[in-house]
Amino acid sequence: MKKFTVVAAMAAAMMSSTAAMAAELEVTHWWTSGGESAAVAEFARLFNETGNTWVDSALAGSGTGANPVIISRILGGDPMGATQMNTGRDAEGLIQAGLIRDLTPLAEEEGWKDFYADPGLFDACTYDGKIYCVPVNIHSWHWLWLSTGAYEKIGQPVPKDWNEYVASWPALREAGVVPFGLAAGWALNGIPGVLLADVGGPDLYMKINKDHDAEAVRSPEFRKVAEAWAALRDVVDPAEVVPQFGDVANQLLAGEAAGNIHGDWIQGEFAVAGATPGVEYDCLPGLGLTDRIEGGGDAFYFPVLPEGTAQDVLDAQTTLAKLLVSKEAQVAFNLKKGSMPIRTDIDLSTANDCMKKAITILESPEGLLPSGETLNSSDTQQQLDDLNQEFFADKSYSVDDYIEEYAAIIESAD
Amino acid sequence: MTDIGRSGAVSRPVEADKPPGLLYNIFVRNITAKIAASPMVAIVLIVFIGCTLWSVWFSFTDSRSLPNGDFVGWAQYERLFSARRWKISATNLLTYGIFSLVFTMVVGFLLAVLMDQKLRFEDGFRTIFLYPFALSGIVTGLVWQWIMNPTLGLQSTIRGLGWTSFTFDWITNTDMVLYALLIAGTWHGTGFVMVLMLAGLRSIDGEIWKAARVDGIPTWRTYLQIVLPMMRGVIVTTLVIVGSGIVRTYDLVVALTNGGPGLSSEVPAKYVINYMFTAGNLGQALAASTVMLLAVFVILIPWMIIEFGPKKAH
Amino acid sequence: MANVSAVGEPSGPRPSKGFNPKRIIIYGIIIVAAMYYLLPLYVMITTSLKGLPEIRLGNIFAPPLEIITIEPWVKAWTSACTGLTCNGLAPGFWNSVKITVPSTIISVLVAAVSGYALVNWRFKGSEFFFTCLLLGSFIPYQVMLYPMVMITAQLKIFGTLWAVILVHTVFGMPILVLLFRNYFASLPQELFKAARVDGAGFWRIFFQIMVPMSLPIFAVAIILQVTGIWNDFLFGVVFAGTQNYPMTVQLNNIVNSTQGVREYNVNMAATILTAAVPLIVYFVSGKWFVRGIAAGAVKG
Repeated sequence: MKKFTVVAAMAAAMMSSTAAMAAELEVTHWWTSGGESAAVAEFARLFNETGNTWVDSALAGSGTGANPVIISRILGGDPMGATQMNTGRDAEGLIQAGLIRDLTPLAEEEGWKDFYADPGLFDACTYDGKIYCVPVNIHSWHWLWLSTGAYEKIGQPVPKDWNEYVASWPALREAGVVPFGLAAGWALNGIPGVLLADVGGPDLYMKINKDHDAEAVRSPEFRKVAEAWAALRDVVDPAEVVPQFGDVANQLLAGEAAGNIHGDWIQGEFAVAGATPGVEYDCLPGLGLTDRIEGGGDAFYFPVLPEGTAQDVLDAQTTLAKLLVSKEAQVAFNLKKGSMPIRTDIDLSTANDCMKKAITILESPEGLLPSGETLNSSDTQQQLDDLNQEFFADKSYSVDDYIEEYAAIIESAD
Repeated sequence: MTDIGRSGAVSRPVEADKPPGLLYNIFVRNITAKIAASPMVAIVLIVFIGCTLWSVWFSFTDSRSLPNGDFVGWAQYERLFSARRWKISATNLLTYGIFSLVFTMVVGFLLAVLMDQKLRFEDGFRTIFLYPFALSGIVTGLVWQWIMNPTLGLQSTIRGLGWTSFTFDWITNTDMVLYALLIAGTWHGTGFVMVLMLAGLRSIDGEIWKAARVDGIPTWRTYLQIVLPMMRGVIVTTLVIVGSGIVRTYDLVVALTNGGPGLSSEVPAKYVINYMFTAGNLGQALAASTVMLLAVFVILIPWMIIEFGPKKAH
Repeated sequence: MANVSAVGEPSGPRPSKGFNPKRIIIYGIIIVAAMYYLLPLYVMITTSLKGLPEIRLGNIFAPPLEIITIEPWVKAWTSACTGLTCNGLAPGFWNSVKITVPSTIISVLVAAVSGYALVNWRFKGSEFFFTCLLLGSFIPYQVMLYPMVMITAQLKIFGTLWAVILVHTVFGMPILVLLFRNYFASLPQELFKAARVDGAGFWRIFFQIMVPMSLPIFAVAIILQVTGIWNDFLFGVVFAGTQNYPMTVQLNNIVNSTQGVREYNVNMAATILTAAVPLIVYFVSGKWFVRGIAAGAVKG
């Protein structure tokens, strides 16, 4: 019972004579929304075509749903075959304990660094010079999503950048359109980073997140960012906040809300609803202000399986790792997920306009800024999130106090 | 009914009168009983004491996602006490806790008194008051989130009926969100308190009522001055159960408000769990849980010594 | 001492017969309170019976006017998607049963024996252990997650039903032992003493005297554990192993993710279906629960 993956795999191997090298591999992830599960289904489909079986273990909610389960199971000696996990320092403990499979030989054999659009993506997977995870896509929060329907209502053209968008808020309010659609909870956490890099500029972003330069936080450039953040806070009516980001997508398509800053995965929701960019919605990467955007990837880890695990299962891990970055899987997965692929040597002619904009950025040198999640520990990130949540909810929280608190966190950041 | 709250004293084992040796006392006497109690002893020693010491120890380390950090002294505590979110969480719990405790106890007691008036359909009413206790905090939070959501729930319904200025936005209002929590929490917990109180009321000798009536004491004074003090035992049990539930409040907050808007409904248990599983800072999380536990100790230990400690012979 | 069989009869001040203003006020208050308690259940049920277009009209308190449909219930049970699999809640139901039944039985038995030992066979330090248990009930359980993972891994039971049984036994201890201890303390001690004089031992007294007199408190303990274990998410999914994912995992996946349009009616049906077992337990055995509580909790 305990080593279910193993037993099941052995049973499967014994029963099926046709696929000699077949194994069942349990994969845990927290991709449960419409677009997300459509995307992960592509991985599963391709994996099953290799003769192996993808055993799906979806757990909604990364922080409280999936994370404790994934870490506990690896720690307790009942690991899954593969798992999505937050990159960066979260996985370090498990890697140090020798519980995560070292993928360096595979990466070298397959020449991953040669075809990855930005080998910097591996930074988050690298520990002590070795590679422990496979980034499968590039996600970015740096998108301003706009509802064409909402702008029709007020008879204005759809804004071309953040400043035009801000200028349209009063007219939107007057027409009874929610200027900025917002989902409760974590959906807020990505927005300040976007404002920092796009309103403040990439240099400021790097000074603060990479060099942890507290003086940069106290600079006039950062004040502009904080003021933009405060302006956004003041235009959002807390009573209009909806439960999930998928609900915001629906608001935009219905023209009930005009805009939203959210990660590219919201496109998956647009796609599920059958919407196309340029018709029902529009997208501005870098808020229309910059052509360098910050991006980080979702990544898969492969736990070290208990001793005595059948070779089939270990092979299945390898098969899956290779498959995740293959051209076919990258196209199929990312078109559904709405994220950028990790390689640009693939045919994305079926990609929609938004993703094409993203790929142009990705192809340009230095187009991709390293993600805040990689530069800051999740501990620092949590402190920033706490600060931003508090600031956003309390309209009397002054910009000055915000800057001071922010600087204090950056001073002690790691 | 002479011995409420002192029942331990009457239940001494018969052998207590003999004066056997120490070793005999520890290992041989009532050996079956000791074996039978050993699971409990093991659980207390290994889990409740062992794991608590474990968590206290790692609160002095810089452990990240796994318990393997280096000793850093009081650093985690210094950070904890300078964290605004922790201050907000602690204050929230104090406010919510006091209101919730008073509210559930008072409402539970009042409902029990009403239920004790030889009502028709008593079983039916009691089931109605008690059923929320069968639901998890997550479900409770979800349902009330829906009812209190301004755009979906009560507010929009009443506005739809024509009272367009009606406002009920507690759940999205930083000043009122704790009371929204209170509405859901009270709904969930009072039924259980009512049942306990009702049980207490019914254990009281009918003679008391007769005597009170003969003396011409008004009903409300009988309840307040005679019945309530006699229910001390049940009140103590209820306080322990309700209190431990309040300190651990987590599911309900996550489902109802997820700590928001902003940080205005954050609670300590959520701080602990967030830092443990989302922020990957075990040291900080365990420092927070140690402080929680210490606070509980400070409040409870003096009372426990009086209540459950070694008793003098009667 | 407490007369168990008499408990359950109203003992308050004798009310005057017939309908006087006071009675009307009492009933009025009780009925208003009952409405507050019933409101969420009403909202859940009516919403789960509405079609999506009607839900979008925005009045969650209106009864289903257009068509009453059980389609959301069918969908929640058999075909709602959680991740890649779209089999609804049904597969998790039996897993939850598999976890709940043994966990309840074992945790209640351990707690009953412990409570009995604490009251009737006090040993050196027994009150200390009891106090620790009570304090333990104030610790957020999640803090214990990693150490419990390590303990069960050491015992080589991690990822099996045994692990989840152990965890529920541990975390059920504080409240259950408190209830059993109080209950046993309220039983007439003369019986115990007489049995001791007759030479009866620990287990004989427990099974022949204590258990038969304690059915109400067993009912309470079972109800509390069934509810708690059935509603648990974290421990079930961490400790019970992949093949035993409880129903709450699927509920969480259904309710906490958007599959295109948010299907509130399916969410509500799924919520009621998941809560059905503890709810039925309360509706059916509510009387036992009250009687058991009455007998057990009165003493402190």
